[in-house]
Amino acid sequence: MIPEALIELRGLSKTYGAGDAAFKALRGVDLRITSGEFVAVMGPSGSGKSTLMNLLGCLDTPTSGNYFYQGIPVESLNKDQRSLIRRHALGFIFQGFNLLARTSALENVELPLLYRGYSRKQRHLLAREALASVGIPEKERNTPGELSGGQQQRVAIARAIVTNPNTLFADEPTGNLDSSTTREIMELLRRLNSQRGISIIMVTHENDVASYARRIVHVRDGLIESDTIQSSVSSHH
Amino acid sequence: MFWNAFIIALREIRRNITRSFLTVVGIVIGVAAVVTMVTLGRGATQVVKAQISNLGSNLLILRPGQGWWQNAPRFSKADVQAIRDQVSGIRALAPFANANAPAVSLEHVRNTDIQGTTPEYFQIANWKLGMGRFFNDTEVLEGASVCVIGDTIRKELFGKDVDPTGMKIRCKSMSLEVIGVTAVKGQGGFGDDLDDNIITPITTLQRRLTGRGSKQNINQVMISGLDGYPTAYIVADVSSLMRERRGLAPNEDNNFSVFDSLQLADAISSSTKVMTSLLGAVAGVSLLVGGIGIMNIMLVSVTERTREIGIRLAIGARAREVLLQFLVEAVTLSCVGGIAGIVLAYALCSGLAKVVGAPFLFDPKINLIAFVFSAAIGIIFGFMPARRAAGLDPIDALRHE
Repeated sequence: MIPEALIELRGLSKTYGAGDAAFKALRGVDLRITSGEFVAVMGPSGSGKSTLMNLLGCLDTPTSGNYFYQGIPVESLNKDQRSLIRRHALGFIFQGFNLLARTSALENVELPLLYRGYSRKQRHLLAREALASVGIPEKERNTPGELSGGQQQRVAIARAIVTNPNTLFADEPTGNLDSSTTREIMELLRRLNSQRGISIIMVTHENDVASYARRIVHVRDGLIESDTIQSSVSSHH
Repeated sequence: MFWNAFIIALREIRRNITRSFLTVVGIVIGVAAVVTMVTLGRGATQVVKAQISNLGSNLLILRPGQGWWQNAPRFSKADVQAIRDQVSGIRALAPFANANAPAVSLEHVRNTDIQGTTPEYFQIANWKLGMGRFFNDTEVLEGASVCVIGDTIRKELFGKDVDPTGMKIRCKSMSLEVIGVTAVKGQGGFGDDLDDNIITPITTLQRRLTGRGSKQNINQVMISGLDGYPTAYIVADVSSLMRERRGLAPNEDNNFSVFDSLQLADAISSSTKVMTSLLGAVAGVSLLVGGIGIMNIMLVSVTERTREIGIRLAIGARAREVLLQFLVEAVTLSCVGGIAGIVLAYALCSGLAKVVGAPFLFDPKINLIAFVFSAAIGIIFGFMPARRAAGLDPIDALRHE
């Protein structure tokens, strides 16, 4: 039985600009991702992988083609509706962590819950749970300036999962981290994927990092060049 | 949704408290200036009104000549009697004459205003008795050598704690016995000391001090109208009567004037009001400048927080929620500034009221208006930056430095 697709792309295209200045970032991408997958998206700069991630994350709309997220045709949604999808179903982490400065870890993590209208007590409860599950419950009062890179990324991950999304989008999550911290963060992501069933779609240009994912998709010139499932997934102790 | 926006806004303000302070300084000063000016202005108006009402309400003053100091034939006893007989609506009327002369007591001398009149004058001019008694009609008839003195005269000629009844004052060639002291009145509407005078029967003044002479030596008639009776009627009646008695032809101007103290009070208070409004408007301009300040700082803030706005949008904030956040920030800032301005105004008024001599009348209405106005400034001038924030594209915003 084929499990229902979490994400289904059909002929997805994105063109920037118009006329002679038009740049075709994506030229008709077909892709199918099922729930619970851990996918790495790789490719040289200008390949369209960032555009693909933006579209998958509902941050942008395609020029043509279809994008079904859990059966919902995202290409036909307006700005507000896409915001709501991001609010309820998606989580994001970035290379630069993108935490709010001079704000405590707890307040950073509970931010999505504020937009969801949760009460203060509930927000604190869920935020603390999230911080515990990424391994830094004791850092809840620290501001980003008082945390290491790895710790900041953990806070960002906690923020991304606090709303219990079904998909996590990671944009070069270890780009600013050293190799041992990279290992820690990737282990954390793998754990979240296998234990909580959160689907993870990650952009990276490092093979080591990509090897943590089960499936690697290569993008070049706006099209998918290859799409392979790894037989063995990297794990380090 | 509003409450959440409010919490987020408060956190943002707290995050950068120095900038928040600098943003609202314009509003604080503007509100403080407006509230201070208007409050002090109202206080000053009240003072002037009170001082003038000290003179007596419904008070009309008939004087010879146009204007206060003109030379023209004075009035006679017969004129006064005619007014009493023929003009209706009069509660009391008194002839009045005065002269400036030195008054001498046992130990002191003082130049003062010696006023001659009849007992009705005390009622018309709203004098209350401090010590002793007023003189009566018999004493006027006799031209008795008695006088009622003001409290300043009492203090200056006899001593602060002395009861001077029974003692004598010498004015020029005559000796007057003090039979009473008026209660303290204070300052008049023109800054003069109302307690610096000696009041004696008009007959005494005429015979002894200004010399007998022409029948016409009354230089003022004071008239008090009945409550509720329009003073305009009395003015008209007195005017036509005087024109007749002084033989004026129809095309001749009046050679006398009737002054209405109530009109005087209104005139002064309305000009004070105009002044206050003008000052308030000028201060209002500074409020406007404060609003522009808010707008500028908010615009800078939006630019600086572009990345952060991108994060909020990515996390799932809708455009209108971002708009609301920045708008609430601007309004919170301006309201806090408004409150600070009102507090500052309170402090300024307490201090300045003593210097200016005006009482400090706290009016909640003005403060409410000032507060609402500062909130409005926040909404108006915060809207454009908020809209700019809400219109950002999350991808571009996230990429921003």
